[in-house]
Amino acid sequence: MDFKSSDVVPGPRTEDQLPHTAEAAVKIVIVGGFGVGKTTMVGSVSEIKPLTTEETMTQAGIGVDDNYGSDTKTATTVAMDFGRISITEQLVLYLFGTPGQERFWFLWNGLFEGALGAVVLADTRRLEVSFDVIGRLEERGVPFVVAVNTFPDAPRYAVSELRTALDLAEEIPIVECDVRRRASSRDVLMTLMHFLHALATAKTPV
Amino acid sequence: MTPPKRQRREPHEHLPPPPAPAGKQKNPERLFVVAGPDGGERDGDLDLVTLIVARADPPPSATPEQSALLRLCTAPLSVAELSAYLNLPFSMMTVVLTDMLTAGLVTARAPIVRQAVADRSILEAVMHGLQKL
Ligand SMILES: Nc1nc2c(ncn2[C@@H]2O[C@H](COP(=O)(O)OP(=O)(O)OP(=O)(O)O)[C@@H](O)[C@H]2O)c(=O)[nH]1
Ligand SMILES: [Mg+2]
Repeated sequence: MDFKSSDVVPGPRTEDQLPHTAEAAVKIVIVGGFGVGKTTMVGSVSEIKPLTTEETMTQAGIGVDDNYGSDTKTATTVAMDFGRISITEQLVLYLFGTPGQERFWFLWNGLFEGALGAVVLADTRRLEVSFDVIGRLEERGVPFVVAVNTFPDAPRYAVSELRTALDLAEEIPIVECDVRRRASSRDVLMTLMHFLHALATAKTPV
Repeated sequence: MTPPKRQRREPHEHLPPPPAPAGKQKNPERLFVVAGPDGGERDGDLDLVTLIVARADPPPSATPEQSALLRLCTAPLSVAELSAYLNLPFSMMTVVLTDMLTAGLVTARAPIVRQAVADRSILEAVMHGLQKL
């Protein structure tokens, strides 16, 4: 990256600046397979135009004929969209739309470990794609809810069928959504928050 | 038509638990802690949502990259946003910022991260904020 002193880096518009009172941020991860609506969901609720942070991953070539040398490296650029919602003058919420493949997750330190929770976006045309994502979240102990996008040509299943197919415990919420609509995306996030609150209440004896 | 079927998984025993709240063990009510550069305990461990604030105008010794960054964060801005505006990968962004923190050019406001026992007031604040959307 080359910077010249004359370079003017476009930053946030004045109206997009956080107040000086902003003390701390929390994050929620929106995770799901290719084309499932992660970017759409981030964009529909964000108060800023969604931004993208990129990371480059270098991988040693695998399964390549040894004659061609086993030290071949490929660089993959992985992009993650994110948006922001100001909660109070002090607290800010960030939403990260994260690729479904776990091999990308470690690129961003603390992305899942520090998140309040996750939304798994699932597409009933390719439900298997969410299997691995859900499994990884379970292994990492990240609390999550499942939001099923109602794509027009997608098969419709009852929530009970989905619960069985996804092998989810009774308490894990499964909701339908159309994340192109802000209210729908907000409801999904609210479902996650209610779930996290219930978990917290269960863990804290009164 | 029946959907395909998944098999449930258990939490990995060997995965490290979320970081323990530094010096806050005596309060089991707290599920979220402030961890990060200002906390001492996780020094230099910048999160995507650590908020960065410029402490001063760019000194003459500042590199062009540092000057650009200082102009961006006259108001608090997350590491993720800085990475997006400066078009720098997150890993490079943290290297640049760690230097600048050491040099006292910026300050960091640590995020609130998930902990084993949750701070319900944070969750309630988020719920209240979402309601207004
Ligand atoms: N009907 C319907 N269409 C949706 C919904 N969410 C997203 N779409 C459409 O699906 C397409 C893909 O959405 P994206 O938001 O780009 O999906 P993504 O998960 O970010 O995709 P990648 O980043 O490429 O993996 C777009 O054309 C959206 O308009 C939904 O809830 N309902
Ligand atoms: Mg996308």
